[in-house]
Amino acid sequence: MTLTAFETAPLYTGADWDYDKVRRVYDAIEKVALGEMGLDCYTNQIEVITSEQMLDAYSSIGMPLFYKHWSFGKHFARDEAMYRKGQRGLAYEIVINSNPCISYIMEENTMTMQTLVIAHAAFGHNHFFKNNYLFQQWTDADGILDYLSFAKAYITHCEERYGHAMVERVLDAAHALMNHGVHRYPRRRGPDLRNEAKRARERLEHAEATFNDLWRTVPTKTGGPSPLTDRDRRRTLLELPEENILYFLEKKAPRLQGWQREILRIVRHVAQYFYPQRQTKVMNEGCATYCHYRILSTLHERGALTDGAWMEAMHSHTNVVFQPEFDDRRYGGINPYALGFAMMQDIERIATQPTQEDRYWFPDLAGRGDAMGALRDAWTNFRDESFILQYLSPALIRKFRLFHVADDARDPEMKVAAIHDERGYRAVRQALARQYDIAWAEADIQIVDVDLVGDRKLILEHHVMNQILLEEEEARSVMQHLADLWGYEIVLAEVETAGGTPLRRINVSPRVVLGGG
Amino acid sequence: MFTIVDRRLNPSGKSLANRQRFLRRAKEQVMRAVRDASAKRGIRDIDMGGDIAISPDGIREPTLRRSSTGGQRDYVVPGNKEFLSGDKIKRPPQGGGGAGGNQGSDDGDGQDEFRFVLSREEFIDLFLEDLELPDLAKRKLAVTDAMDWHRGGYSVAGSPTNLNLVRTMRNSLARRMALHRPTGDEIKALRQEIDDLERTGRDRERLEQARLELSEALKRTQRIPYIDPVDVRYNRFAATPRPAAQAVMFCLMDVSGSMTEHMKDLAKRFYMLLYLFLSRRYKHVDVVFIRHTHRAAEVDEETFFYSAETGGTVVSTALEEMARVIKERYPPAEWNIYAAQASDGDNALSDNTKTAQLMTDAILPDCQYYAYLEVGQEGMMPGLPYGGGPRETDLWRTYKQINAGGALAMRRVTERKEIYPVFRELFAKDKAGQPAEVRA
Repeated sequence: MTLTAFETAPLYTGADWDYDKVRRVYDAIEKVALGEMGLDCYTNQIEVITSEQMLDAYSSIGMPLFYKHWSFGKHFARDEAMYRKGQRGLAYEIVINSNPCISYIMEENTMTMQTLVIAHAAFGHNHFFKNNYLFQQWTDADGILDYLSFAKAYITHCEERYGHAMVERVLDAAHALMNHGVHRYPRRRGPDLRNEAKRARERLEHAEATFNDLWRTVPTKTGGPSPLTDRDRRRTLLELPEENILYFLEKKAPRLQGWQREILRIVRHVAQYFYPQRQTKVMNEGCATYCHYRILSTLHERGALTDGAWMEAMHSHTNVVFQPEFDDRRYGGINPYALGFAMMQDIERIATQPTQEDRYWFPDLAGRGDAMGALRDAWTNFRDESFILQYLSPALIRKFRLFHVADDARDPEMKVAAIHDERGYRAVRQALARQYDIAWAEADIQIVDVDLVGDRKLILEHHVMNQILLEEEEARSVMQHLADLWGYEIVLAEVETAGGTPLRRINVSPRVVLGGG
Repeated sequence: MFTIVDRRLNPSGKSLANRQRFLRRAKEQVMRAVRDASAKRGIRDIDMGGDIAISPDGIREPTLRRSSTGGQRDYVVPGNKEFLSGDKIKRPPQGGGGAGGNQGSDDGDGQDEFRFVLSREEFIDLFLEDLELPDLAKRKLAVTDAMDWHRGGYSVAGSPTNLNLVRTMRNSLARRMALHRPTGDEIKALRQEIDDLERTGRDRERLEQARLELSEALKRTQRIPYIDPVDVRYNRFAATPRPAAQAVMFCLMDVSGSMTEHMKDLAKRFYMLLYLFLSRRYKHVDVVFIRHTHRAAEVDEETFFYSAETGGTVVSTALEEMARVIKERYPPAEWNIYAAQASDGDNALSDNTKTAQLMTDAILPDCQYYAYLEVGQEGMMPGLPYGGGPRETDLWRTYKQINAGGALAMRRVTERKEIYPVFRELFAKDKAGQPAEVRA
């Protein structure tokens, strides 16, 4: 395009923002983002809020409306105390995966910060939300705000009707189990009558078409096919094993009342809504950071941003993507912004200026030329774990000087298993990808059986991986909540994944029966 | 396309409900923390908010997580400088940086206390939470005086200023429709038609009929009024008795030479607590300062606490002054009267009878509560609990004989730190007998 050739006047000067400037900047950014980078976004809704409202938004996990619970008050109190003391700054933005996509900008920010935030949230995150397969599969951006408003009203109604204490208990219990209230795979549809009838007809037709009277004369084993055991039948009936504990309770807990089931369902839906975000931290932030960097640098090149504004933006940008090394006092794990941004830039580099090594490692990607296309592709089809496994290049491993440490509690010392060398790249990459695999990081806990004829004891199993047991005290309190919801005794058995050796059992009886009756 | 919405003017405090739930949840811990904090504070700062640290016990949010110790783990960390694969590294101390850093940081709260900030109101609410005003004999008296007017439906009679237009017009409309009163439009249309017919001159029959219809309609309009007296509604106001929501607090203090600065300081602290407490319970609290030596006078706060005076000690003068102020400005029917007297216990011997007389006849019947605080010299043994033993002061002895059935409370204080416990003792909920209704 010839547009890049001529210089444009700066979109704004000075630090103060007003609606006019925001509008101008938005239009300029939109031109770059949609026109040149080919992003595909939900309609944007930008909301101006105060710092206090930002704190409010924090406490209700970023959502503009949410039901009431003391734990949000607790988080608010802590965030507020830390913010007032200056121990922690506020996030520059919050963006919500909804349609229209809502992003908050704070009134205290300078115009440059607003520009940065709009590019970052309203385009970067927005594109990611709209296109990533996990969000597509698991969240409903059109309906979430309506659902939350329903949830809020419903829980308020329950509080009025059944009392704060009762509702609080159910919510406490549900929150404790929240991480185990998500479906990780699309569920099997229940049989429906029409399909069943069709299948029966087909089976009959097949039997008629292939009828052979000789089969009648073949001797059968006495007693017929091996009968199902009681346990098998029970497990089929209850659709066990089930890893979505909240779902199981909602559908099968014997003593819960309707409203309590509905509350479990609300918490479950919220957990499910946030499930993709937990799996795409690096990619989501990487995508947004890459977008704001690319958009702002394009604007700056064309003279639409003054040098001062560009310096200010870069100051924030570098703060955000700073990665301290492991022996640094500031080190607190790998910074998803830093890793994500570096990987996105790396993909761009590989696509446009590959080295020999890149050609060997990424034959499909190297030299492909269309960097944006490659990036959009990655943003659509991966989550953190698979993204790292696919795209972390040796060059980047060297840049970050990543190394893999294996720590076995039985040995007196830890061992460096792999470093950034020819032998280590794959191992480092695999280990890092695994760090971002939620299925790996979270305990694998399933409901395996219920003693239906006896005392209705609910039996759960934790499949212990790498000999890492659950935090006992916490597990006990969570099981206590679970027992209160279930209404009968709970057994959590921790067993070795390979071999099934039992390691520990936690038995809990209900304290109060929430369901009553 | 995008929209930009200004949310800055939205009502703030969206998370207030969450905060209340949180405070309710953590009440026990917060109360304990407030007690501890208030013990360290000066009375002057008692009504400030502040940092509170509570143990995270009751407010834990447990989740099922894998233990942070034991087992086999893999970390990938940035910043390798010297390691080769196969090297052995010492385990970093738990919680420190190093390779275990990402592990150590995942449980932020551990054993730490949970810190947050309480606002001033929250602090005072908790601080005074289980205290109750002793509501004694005068409770019944005090509720009847003033009337509050508020809206109470509609009535068919009233003054024109209270006319409710909406109701009236609604009734009028319904009646007009029910009785088929011709509307203005209908009449206008008829007139128009007649006009047209007259001008054109054709269809005389219709013209006749239209004229007839018009006169009929006009007659009907006159018979059925637009607004009939039966339509009219007035706003009705109902009166409810308003409980007395104002209180006056009398501070009486002996300022004779025998009262040291320390004693005055003790007294002041007690008055401030009482003021704080009353102002939580009543919309309006007046404070009257009366100091006395052998003469009594109503003074302002500054003079009360800080100006010296010499003379003997005659308590009855202060009581007389108080009785006078009550009579002049605070009719007991409208005011809840509280009094706190601080003294070192001296009184002129000849005055004791008169004092007792005044108390029983004039002061106590008017007072909701009369607290007598006997302040002692610093370091003096508080060993004479409640005035027992050989060194009972004149005033203490006098008041003890009065025995006003609860309206008079007496305590002895010598140390600053005793002020708050004594105050609590005086106003503790169970002490107040029945759950007294709060008139605020």
